[in-house]
Amino acid sequence: MTPEELHELAQAHLEADKKLSHCLFVCGAAACLAARSDAVIEAFQAAVKARGLEESVAVKNAGCMGLCALGPLVRVEPAGVLYQQVTPEDAGAILDGLGGPPVERLVCPTDVPFYQRQFNIVLENSGHIDSESLDDYVARGGYAALAKALTAMTPGQVVDEVTTSGLRGRGGGGYRTGLKWSTVAKAPGQKKYVICNADEGDPGAFMDRSVLESDPHRVLEGMAIAAYAVGANEGYIYVRAEYPLAIKRLADAIRKAQRAGVLGNAIMGTTFSFQVDLRLGAGAFVCGEETALISSIEGKRGTPRPRPPYPAEFGLWGRPTLINNVETFANVPAIVRNGGHWFASIGTEKSAGTKVFALAGRVVNTGLIEVPMGITLREIIYDIGGGIPEGRKFKAVQTGGPSGGCIPQQYLDMPVDYESLAQVGSIMGSGGMIVMDETSCMVDVARFFMDFCRTESCGRCVPCRVGTTHMHTLLTRITDGSATLDDLALLEELCEMVKQTSLCGLGQTAPNPVISTLRYFRDEYLAHIVEKRCPAGVCRMTRAPKEVAV
Amino acid sequence: MTPVPIPAGRVKTLKIDGRDVSGYENQTILEIARENNIHIPTLCNLEGLDDIGACRLCLVEIKGLARLLPACVTRVQEGMEVLTDTERLRRHRRMVIELLLSERNHVCAVCVSNGHCELQSLAQTLGVNHVHVPYRYPRMAVDATHGRFGVDHNRCILCTRCVRVCDQIEGAHTWDVAGRGVEAMIISDLKQDWGASATCTSCGKCVQVCPTGALFVKGKAVGEMTKQREFLPYLTLMREGEK
Ligand SMILES: Cc1cc2nc3c(=O)[nH]c(=O)nc-3n(C[C@H](O)[C@H](O)[C@H](O)COP(=O)(O)O)c2cc1C
Ligand code: SF4
Ligand code: FES
Repeated sequence: MTPEELHELAQAHLEADKKLSHCLFVCGAAACLAARSDAVIEAFQAAVKARGLEESVAVKNAGCMGLCALGPLVRVEPAGVLYQQVTPEDAGAILDGLGGPPVERLVCPTDVPFYQRQFNIVLENSGHIDSESLDDYVARGGYAALAKALTAMTPGQVVDEVTTSGLRGRGGGGYRTGLKWSTVAKAPGQKKYVICNADEGDPGAFMDRSVLESDPHRVLEGMAIAAYAVGANEGYIYVRAEYPLAIKRLADAIRKAQRAGVLGNAIMGTTFSFQVDLRLGAGAFVCGEETALISSIEGKRGTPRPRPPYPAEFGLWGRPTLINNVETFANVPAIVRNGGHWFASIGTEKSAGTKVFALAGRVVNTGLIEVPMGITLREIIYDIGGGIPEGRKFKAVQTGGPSGGCIPQQYLDMPVDYESLAQVGSIMGSGGMIVMDETSCMVDVARFFMDFCRTESCGRCVPCRVGTTHMHTLLTRITDGSATLDDLALLEELCEMVKQTSLCGLGQTAPNPVISTLRYFRDEYLAHIVEKRCPAGVCRMTRAPKEVAV
Repeated sequence: MTPVPIPAGRVKTLKIDGRDVSGYENQTILEIARENNIHIPTLCNLEGLDDIGACRLCLVEIKGLARLLPACVTRVQEGMEVLTDTERLRRHRRMVIELLLSERNHVCAVCVSNGHCELQSLAQTLGVNHVHVPYRYPRMAVDATHGRFGVDHNRCILCTRCVRVCDQIEGAHTWDVAGRGVEAMIISDLKQDWGASATCTSCGKCVQVCPTGALFVKGKAVGEMTKQREFLPYLTLMREGEK
């Protein structure tokens, strides 16, 4: 397909859509699917057929619409009505009501802060296209950015555009994407690789999964643009095997893109070729670390190795390798399409663009949100999230998963950007955001994350392998009432040591949840240790000495 | 020390512990330190094997850098100022040893390697006279199925020298690591008995490179297991010559 044909396809598809009177988008991403949205789709299709409306009403298997807790979600266009918790039995009523007032009992209001405060780049197509349709993606401007890059820009100009955009890695580290691309582009060697990191291992995080399930072509397009920019012809997507739907959609999208000539050999009639393959991760958190991931693709045990040399210089099979996160790649088509300056104007000066978060825990609205950088935590939790349920009191918000920290009340008005989060002892991370209220015990939270790190440590280096185990033992002593102040001192000593001496990011950041809770909630630790009491009433203190137990 | 074949590359000058030293650009801080008789403690490193930077004993401070870097895998750079023996490093090194001693069951008094053990002697030179962290006392197996050798997992510190010597020097790749975190274990073949291994050539190199009493020659009493390592640099040298 040449760029002209691509444009024609988009136009034709838009024309065809105009003939429809209504389009029903049923979310078919994992959370809604778990609420049986597949049955809802079938019911709609059957109902459309029964009413003979095939010509005028289309039913599409769309991607995530954000409010996952209220699924299955169904959007009706062009009316723009959103329905929540739709059952197969509702299909008839919704269809019969088309053109008239919406079915009141199912309506999910969209003029609420949850939707109004969001800003969509990465998720711009989620819920607005059929996730399995290349045509739908193209009709919304898909692959136009790749066409632009291939026909109107040099690889150097593409790198420059990404540098101008100020985009930073969304996989957790926040490394400047433009700089990474230019390093790989400049690295000597004929053979280079592009890898998309879709291992998403943070507990509770599902940003990348949602993007892959809802809009897989977007990631492929971003990778192809990156490959062109750095001079690579082969790429891999390393996706965890626990994401069967994402894998299916990706495999399907790759096949369709190759058939349409927007991926594979001689893309869009140019001399540029780019092949993409899937590699499945077997569920080790550490395989999300770039050097472990590369080792795993090479067929070896997934353990990190010391850096430098960085993958940009010495990566897959020893070749220069560009490795970026799913969300990072998903931003690229929009940047190339609208220009780096446009992207840089969104968000803050040092943290441009938007960030997708998986909002979870003690908030009214849980689900997937995309917000401009620089928004405050308060806006996210109280406006978008709808506040803390049951009138309870906010205690802390955890970002960055097992590598991050807990941010207390006094920083609620702090802007969400890489630097601010780091300053208060947390990190942006990949996008997990867990809200905690007064019923959460901060020691218990720290212990939960330490348990995660302990079991996910690869075991290669001593500080992480043994240190996380001991820290977990000490935290367990605190939560069961048997700890002494000496244990606390030892815990702090281990935090410092493991952080400074571990080989890879897992060990280096594993103490963060403990360090940040100690920084802001030391009194809770002391209540456990000295008074043998859990202020939140979570820990059972089963091994506390009898005489002081309360 | 055995002569090392001269590596090609440009010469860099740097400072280690205040002393001006020089080295080729593809040499590591550890190599240059050793050439100049500056002692940096190591455990996973063994001359002749690829380095993996895993034990973290050789971490050094580099001026202007917040991170500590492992001397065994970090290449020298022009103008680098390296500190190998600061109070912070000594503290971390003692803790590494404490962590290793507490991880499994290191009972020197009944160990075949007592008196010839690298872990034991490091503990002594680094001043570890007390273990502050909680001992784990795990239940570990001993595999005595091999005719001549045995492996006592109670003493294994997962330095993977055996894995590397078997793979890189002997070419058999009998050993590898299974499991993760503290559950990680050295295994032969696909976690089969050593005695039943189809790949083991019984060369005994793994036994000789093991720093502790984890791999031993059968029939040794307490303290009798001394190890010969001279063959390694020799073998490497012979191979270089063949190239
Ligand atoms: C223990 C550990 C786990 C990681 N897991 C992921 C992951 O699941 N997904 C991801 O994109 N990056 C992960 N990273 C970060 C990657 O190493 C790497 O920095 C990232 O993929 C680079 O992409 P970016 O620059 O686009 O963020 C992890 C890092 C560490 C240390
Ligand atoms: S820090 Fe942990 S995960 Fe990383 S190499 Fe060391 S043991 Fe493995
Ligand atoms: S000797 Fe360098 S990390 Fe072990």
